Amino acid sequence: MNTDNTQASRFRYKFIWLITATLFIIGGAPFIGMTYIPLNSILDPQNTLEGQIFWSIRIPRVIISTLAGSALALSGMAFQAVFRNALATPFTLGVASGASLGAASYIWLGLNLSFAGFSGQTLFAFLGATLSISLVYTLTQIKKGFSTATMLLAGVAINFFFSSVILFTQYFSNFTDSTRILRWLMGGLEVIGFESVATLLPFVVIGCAIVFYLTRELNLLTVSEEVAISRGVNAKQTKLILFFATSLMVGGVVSLCGPIGFVGMMAPHICRLIFGADHSRLSIATLLFGGLFLTACDTVARTVIAPAEMPVGIITALLGGPFFIWLLISNRFEKQGM
Amino acid sequence: MPSAIIELNNFNYEIDGKPILKNLCCTINKGEHLSIIGPNGAGKTTLIKCIANIFQDGTGAITLKGRPLNTYPQKELAKLISYVPQAEGANFPFTVSEFVLLSRYPHLSPFSSPSKEDFKALHQALKQTETAEFEHRKMNTLSGGQKQRVLIAAALAQQTEIVLLDEPTTFLDPKHQSDILRLLKAMHEKQDITIITVTHDINHAATLSNRILALKEGSIAFFGSIKECMTNDILQPIYDKEFLFINHPVSNLPIVIPETL
Repeated sequence: MNTDNTQASRFRYKFIWLITATLFIIGGAPFIGMTYIPLNSILDPQNTLEGQIFWSIRIPRVIISTLAGSALALSGMAFQAVFRNALATPFTLGVASGASLGAASYIWLGLNLSFAGFSGQTLFAFLGATLSISLVYTLTQIKKGFSTATMLLAGVAINFFFSSVILFTQYFSNFTDSTRILRWLMGGLEVIGFESVATLLPFVVIGCAIVFYLTRELNLLTVSEEVAISRGVNAKQTKLILFFATSLMVGGVVSLCGPIGFVGMMAPHICRLIFGADHSRLSIATLLFGGLFLTACDTVARTVIAPAEMPVGIITALLGGPFFIWLLISNRFEKQGM
Repeated sequence: MPSAIIELNNFNYEIDGKPILKNLCCTINKGEHLSIIGPNGAGKTTLIKCIANIFQDGTGAITLKGRPLNTYPQKELAKLISYVPQAEGANFPFTVSEFVLLSRYPHLSPFSSPSKEDFKALHQALKQTETAEFEHRKMNTLSGGQKQRVLIAAALAQQTEIVLLDEPTTFLDPKHQSDILRLLKAMHEKQDITIITVTHDINHAATLSNRILALKEGSIAFFGSIKECMTNDILQPIYDKEFLFINHPVSNLPIVIPETL
């Protein structure tokens, strides 16, 4: 029993670190930027420009980056568990490019719709994400014993296919739309105001709630599908619900911020190395780390070449590319069994 | 009078249009230890996966305790049948106790954390399989024999009436093989569990089980007692090779001995 306690206290210690880092980064990020924010201006936003910048630009932006980072990381975690492979994420399997295609076609078609308070672009992105996830899922169902490697290849193919269709729509768009699509494809968080927060929040909350509800099933699916079934998990139904949750989160984030890569792969993988594979811990760690990571990247993106801003997608991919390669060649990859 | 626990009636299973199991009819009794033998590709593993409801789209009927298998909710089924996969490839990133505790899933209600009873089942299973000493090690750091014992511990923690095992002794050295055999024997005798084991080792089947079911090309080639099975009349057509038999000096039961080349 003694070892149980030391193990528990080790995790508690790690969580204290993570929570402190999260509070520090997310709490500190709104103060960092081109304009210096004196503390007294925060208390008087009506009369000071700094106060307005703080409350109506920086705070919503930090909230968005936290929500987006958490949602992308948690989606990545769910995919990695279901497919038992660290490379299986909404990005590598073409879900994000499906969502991008949805959003890009919305811009290209010049539509102006909204439904139940959600913008057409968000809904199109969600539909695009659902479409590509259905493709991936159908592929796994058509052939019994479809290997994860084959499925990853299929996902890469879907990814390329959708990316070409996006380039196609962009090529045939007028100059303004084309620039809009291109800029949006780079991934960025230059959203203004709490409206965007309100748009994104329901997607992220519902998606996260579903993933948190299914942490036990995720644990069993990580072992293997047959073990999960033999322990009483309705694997097919669980996967469908998880894919729906992931589509919601990825669709919501991509429509607002564009395809921000690598968060979904890196965050859960790093957390798995530190917190272990038990999803009751891992999902909390991933949620926090994803939020803090994207917020940190975004703070870098908007300060490093100030007054101009860099799309955050560039920063995450700059960090993510080398990490991806390290992941491929690292030994831990094999030893983790993921 | 033995009572039936699992019945197969004209059961068929195919993968990509290729029949794997053909017209299987048999009755497995409560409390027996049944070994399934047969050459590679005969459908042994497929059969126990169908009984575990892992493969779900077979035709014909499998009945469990008088009720069709496909009418059981998966969770209810998991309270009756546990399944021990092949240890090869059991490299998941969980510690031993984390993994064994996962088997309590069918006994947990949503959101509730594992209770005293669940931990009791965990510790009992670890003790019985002698795996408690490395309960905090990750699965992917264990040896083949250790992995196999942990997989059996997980099935025990699930507390089911029926345990299905897929080649529990393959890939193990002689000592670990006999450890596993002893463990299975103890489970069968002390806990009145119905055990169905897929094995390549005819002698293991003969030492452990009450009856043997032999499959060949997806059909039942033999189903009966050990004594009847351990003859060339039965085994030669199944494996396309002749066997040499001798009576075991201690148990006096027939066993297969290696041939001279």
